Amino acid sequence: MKKTLVSGKVCGIVLKSNNPINFLGTVDKKTGIITDKNHDLFDKSIKDTILVFPSGVGSSVGAYTIYSIKSNNTAPLAMICQKADLTVATGCALSNIPLITISDEEFSSIENGMNISLDTDSPNPIQYQ
Amino acid sequence: MELTKDEYSALKGEQGEILQMAYRILVATGEATDAEKLVPIEWAHLSGVNYNTIGDAGEEFLSSISKNARVKIKTTLNPMGFDIDNVSNYGLDENFISKQLSIRNSYETMGVTPSFSCIPYEIFDIPKNGTQVAFAESNAAIHANSYDNLKTNKESAFSALASAITGKSPFSSLRKEDTPNITIRMKVKNPDELVYGMLGFFAGKVGDTSVNISGLGGMDNRESKAMCGGMGTSGTCAKFLFGEGDSDCEKIDFDEKEMQNVHDELNTAETGDLITLGSPQLGLKEISDLTSKLKGRSFKKRCMIFCPRTVKEQARKIGYTNELERAGCEILSDCCTCLSPLINKDNVDAVTTNSIKGAFYLKNSNGVGVNLKPLLQIIEDETR
Repeated sequence: MKKTLVSGKVCGIVLKSNNPINFLGTVDKKTGIITDKNHDLFDKSIKDTILVFPSGVGSSVGAYTIYSIKSNNTAPLAMICQKADLTVATGCALSNIPLITISDEEFSSIENGMNISLDTDSPNPIQYQ
Repeated sequence: MELTKDEYSALKGEQGEILQMAYRILVATGEATDAEKLVPIEWAHLSGVNYNTIGDAGEEFLSSISKNARVKIKTTLNPMGFDIDNVSNYGLDENFISKQLSIRNSYETMGVTPSFSCIPYEIFDIPKNGTQVAFAESNAAIHANSYDNLKTNKESAFSALASAITGKSPFSSLRKEDTPNITIRMKVKNPDELVYGMLGFFAGKVGDTSVNISGLGGMDNRESKAMCGGMGTSGTCAKFLFGEGDSDCEKIDFDEKEMQNVHDELNTAETGDLITLGSPQLGLKEISDLTSKLKGRSFKKRCMIFCPRTVKEQARKIGYTNELERAGCEILSDCCTCLSPLINKDNVDAVTTNSIKGAFYLKNSNGVGVNLKPLLQIIEDETR
């Protein structure tokens, strides 16, 4: 792990993308479904997943989208990124969604569908079930 | 990140909930960008205004914090969802209008200047070189860093709001010195604003926080705005430097092939039912230029033009708005193509635009087809 940006403890199933996510306009704020046809998570819901992706990109208003999906109960349980960006960091901070960044090696070792537990206070925050 | 005694006390909640929330956001921002400390900033520009983008959760959040939160520094505002002067022409429902007005009211209560513009760099005086600001609108952050000699990171809606309330921002990344490690070599000949938009979109995808771009000639106002808009849409990058950069920079070409890839990603229709101009919003120079290009011509289909209210008022005094309306344009202030609730896939199949930023959001958020064309070709094909 590189950094804890928002702390917390959750267990869940990994939804992994190798593409960055522009939360504004490509994540439906009511359903949490990805609407960008060019995205590898197109048509998938990020609700209640542990969302693993390289970083957030694009519009600064994406932070509100994260806050909205949290308010609508369609947010991921936690997010894990390779790189911290301000939109995701502040969206998660205000919405209290645990967020950590990890190294490129750790990122490639996490696979879609894995059942993991995340505890940001532990020295090994990611435990594979 | 080191906090002063006073900042730490605010973070602990000893100075009220609003400041605690603001400092919590600034600390997350600081941790994300490896800041050592907070520094004072002089101007914040906020995003998160359009009800279409922030929704009920955003509207309720702003309404709740506006009871106590007040901005501490000059704070300006991104576009909202409509122009109150002509909203009745667009069939928006009452709920949208009342929620949007509540958002406007919340920002005004907090002391924010209701500029409703994504081009603050064109309608406000630019502070002296090197001034620290916090711009959340991505095209504006890129423009501020690359053309206006200001310093800002690519702020989020919440980090800029926290900076407006505290007057501070984490000292990190582009606020310090930043040397790009990538140089994009522009190889496309005779670029127009559409090509610059695609170059920006490409640069945003490959760059990290900043990139060098070599091979550029002089760019006009429309072309530089197009490049800032394109770049802000695709990545995390918030500054371009003109030139080759250091010799150890990784070199990446932007040639016909790379341009075609961006075009294929965003151009999804052969033709549009309506035309939009202005994402970023048009400034007075562009309005004046458009007016002269449209002399004696008129559009064969609807053409929506987006600009700030102050620009529309100036344009009216000079007589441009009369000319444009005669040519069949609908002129809208306070709002923008980007995330517009006024363009709906129920009655529009595809939109013709010269904006890469507009294209991305029209396609992904409005769910309509996009037909990309530079302005000169739009005028040639769509007017008589």
